[in-house]
Order: sequence, then structure tokens, then C-alpha cells
Amino acid sequence: MTLDRAKPLMLPIGALLAFEGWARATHLQSDSLAPPSEIVAALAGALADHSILAATRDTLFATFAGLAIGSFIGLALGIAFGISDTLDRLMEVTVEAVRPVPSIALLPIALIALGFGYRMEIVIVAFACIWPILILSRAAVRSVEPRLMEVSRVLRLPAAQRVLKIIIPAALPRIFVAFRLSAGIALIVAVTVEIAINPLGLGAGIMLAQQALRPDLMLAYLVWIGAIGYALNMLLTVAQRRLFGRAALSGDSL
Amino acid sequence: MAIAAKRQEASVSPLAAPQLAFADATLALGGKTIIENLNLGVRPGEFLCIVGASGCGKTTALRLAAGLYQPTSGAVTFDGQPMLQPRREIAIVFQDYGKALLPWRTAAGNVSLALEAGGISVTERPARIDALLRKVGLPGHAEKYPAEMSGGMQQRLQIARCLAQEPKALLMDEPFGALDAMTRQGLQDEVLSLVAASNATVIFVTHDLDEAIYLGDRVVGLLPHPGRIGIELAVNLPRPRDQLATREHPEFLRLRRQLFDFIKATEQ
Repeated sequence: MTLDRAKPLMLPIGALLAFEGWARATHLQSDSLAPPSEIVAALAGALADHSILAATRDTLFATFAGLAIGSFIGLALGIAFGISDTLDRLMEVTVEAVRPVPSIALLPIALIALGFGYRMEIVIVAFACIWPILILSRAAVRSVEPRLMEVSRVLRLPAAQRVLKIIIPAALPRIFVAFRLSAGIALIVAVTVEIAINPLGLGAGIMLAQQALRPDLMLAYLVWIGAIGYALNMLLTVAQRRLFGRAALSGDSL
Repeated sequence: MAIAAKRQEASVSPLAAPQLAFADATLALGGKTIIENLNLGVRPGEFLCIVGASGCGKTTALRLAAGLYQPTSGAVTFDGQPMLQPRREIAIVFQDYGKALLPWRTAAGNVSLALEAGGISVTERPARIDALLRKVGLPGHAEKYPAEMSGGMQQRLQIARCLAQEPKALLMDEPFGALDAMTRQGLQDEVLSLVAASNATVIFVTHDLDEAIYLGDRVVGLLPHPGRIGIELAVNLPRPRDQLATREHPEFLRLRRQLFDFIKATEQ
């Protein structure tokens, strides 16, 4: 059992060891590469002086704020479009025209309107998060068991209660899948904005390390960002399984 | 028991005006006539069973009565008023209880939904829920989720939710169709006693002819394509009904033969 679990780790560990050996043998001098031991040392240093922790806090703040705003807007629109065919058809062209705009392309406009800082980054993250939530929650609302909708009609549930007591709970497992997808997107977009222009967070940290010709620190940031993304997804997957059971994970194929 | 039987007989006076009535009701869906010129009145407190071959429109007729469909022409009336949408005093028990219950709510929560819809205050609900679950034989299962209950229990739960509406009319769409024979017989008797106690009007759709005769005051057989009335039989069997004695009654056997012959003829 333990050997089986260790197997998938053997290749990456082997590759790291080989790279470490090669770097030491050739006395590697590079602006883009650093041996794993130096990356670990740089990461330890950045953790010790709290610089990477502060950057993480900044990035996660922008990520979650954008995710929250984007999810709220996406969910509200998705539910409205899912319930009302008229509204959906009315907005179809608009949505399909705005949706393909890469969120990062909003950067110049957001920068002019809002300047550097959290606000600009949060707006761009929120824009990116709206779409997966909107599309998936609209589909989730449409696929609510029709019998339950009939039950709500026969019981004469008022519209607001119908949404709160039937539609949202019935669609929630699939909406959560959308939320998980959006969380991943939010982190990517936040770091991208920071790398591109915004002088805060992990993205700015990685750029600073690059410009300081510190490949070890740059790669340490890269490893750290990867770990944060992995942890975020793990956290949400566990939450999903706890909340909705295994059935909800079938929504992964979406 | 004798009192319940008497009350039932008294309430089904043939002179009473119909509570729920189809007046020349026709329903076409997608260019196909499903129900044509249906004329049928159900008196207050009457237990009417509708039978017919599959696809004869019996479920559609029930959905018209519930206000879930609107007739293409003609009318469906309740207490003399046209049914333009579902009404709270008409409850419907769906066949597929698994889909009609909220899987994320407990048994108590599912019953509560009907009370919430009816504007019953939070403080009043627990006692009502308790009484309703007791009534349908589910005391002690209040905190169970539908997925943790057997098919028969889930159908009882759906009936409890319908009773929470305090319905004047109860529409049942093959409610026991998916249940095994023993569970079905038990539930038949429970529905009879619940209905006798509440004095609600019932329209009960089934494809089980024995069940229709066993339960009903009157059995209507529909002819298919398009759905219309083919036969109407008054069931003059003493109440309360008994699973053995009633089913061996000569009148039961006579009606059964008549109904089987009718269904056979429609299938040819």
C-alpha cells in the first residue's frame, strides 16, 4: 500500500535529484534556473522574513474578494437566466459578446479607472469569475427536477421562497462545482495581474526576484504559488465531498 | 368504524353539486388531442377512481384537475370556480415519490415545506409536523432523510406533506404503482382511513383494476386516443372495506369482471 502510494512520487523526486546532481557537477550559472536545494533555501528565507507570507496574504485577499463578488453576480444572473427564458434570450447576445473577452484585457481600462492596488485587481478577478458561475448555475437551475417545480406550484410557494427553498438547494451541488472552478481561475487571474502590472502580492514578488537576478527566489515563489493553488483546490474538494457527498463530484466532467 | 362508514355514505349524496368538475374539457398538447370532451363531476367526499390502459390520458386528466395543465377548450372547475392555476386546497400525490420529495430535507422538513407555504407560524409547525407524521405511521422518523427511508415510507411522507395542506381534494396519481403488494395493501387501507377521517374528495388514478374497485365509490374507465370516458361503475360495497372480505364479495367480483372486459376491449 505505502509502496503503491509512493510510486507516483518516484519520477518527480528522481528528476529533482538528477537535476540537483547535474547543477552541482556543472557548477550551474543561470538567470533562469537554480538547483532545488537553493530554491528550498530561498523559500525558507522568504518564509523566515515573512516577505512571502505578506505577499500571499495580499494575493489571497484579492483572490477571495474577487471570487466573492464575481460569484455573487454570476450566481444572481445564472439563477435569473435559468428561471426566465425571456430574460435569457434577451441577454444571450450580450453575454456571449462580453464573455469571450479575456479578463486580463480589461487591465488597461481598469488601471486607468482605478489605478494600482487591490480594487483594480479585484475587479478583474471578479470579471473572470462571473462566467463559469453564470453558465453552470444557469444550467443547474434548468436541470432542477421538474417534479420539484410542480410541487412548488401545487403548494403555491411564492417566487422568492421557490428560489430559496427549492431551486438553490437543488442546484447547490453543481453550483459548488462552478465555485471550485472559479476559485482556481481567480488565483490564476490575480497572480497574472500582479505579474503584469500590479505591484503587490505573489506575482509582484516573482517579478521582483526575476529583476533582482535571483532565479532561486523566483522559482521558490513559483513553487509556493503552485502549493497555494493545490491547497485551495484540495480544500474545496474536501468541502464539496463533505457537503454534498460523492455524487456531486460527478459534476467534475463539466 | 361504523361512524366513518356512515359519514362517508352521507357525504356522497348523489344530489350534491360536484366539487370538482370537468365540463367538456379538451386538452391538446403538441397538436395531439390527449383528452377530448371530458365531462365528469366529483361530489364532495367522493372517492373516484380512474382506470384505463397506458396512454389513455388518466394522468393528464389528474393534472388538469390539479391546475397544472389548462384545458385547450372547456373548463375544469372547483367549487364552481374555474381552475386557472393550482390551489392550496387541492393536493396531489405523485407516483414518483423519490422525485417529489426534497432530498436535502428530513421527513419533518419535507412536511414543513407545505406548512411554510401555507404561512403557518414557526412556533406552530413542530406540533403539526409531529401529528402529521404520526397520522401516516411515521412517528420517530422525523429526522430521517428520504434516502434513508423505504419506498413505502417515502410515499407515506409525501401523503403527510399533502395532508399538511389540509386539502379539500386529494389527487393521487398511481401512488402505489411502484410499491410491492404487501406495502400497497397496507397503504390502501391507511389512505381509506385517512380520507374517511378528513372527509376529503379523492381522485385516484391507477392501472390496477382491483385497487380501483377496492378503494372507490365510483370507477371511471377511460378509452384511449383521445382520452374519453368509456365506462362508469358505481361501487356499492360496504365500508369500511376489508382486504379479504371485500375482495371476495360477489359484487366486487362482478365489477371486476365488467372492468376487465372493458379494458380488454379497449386494448383490441
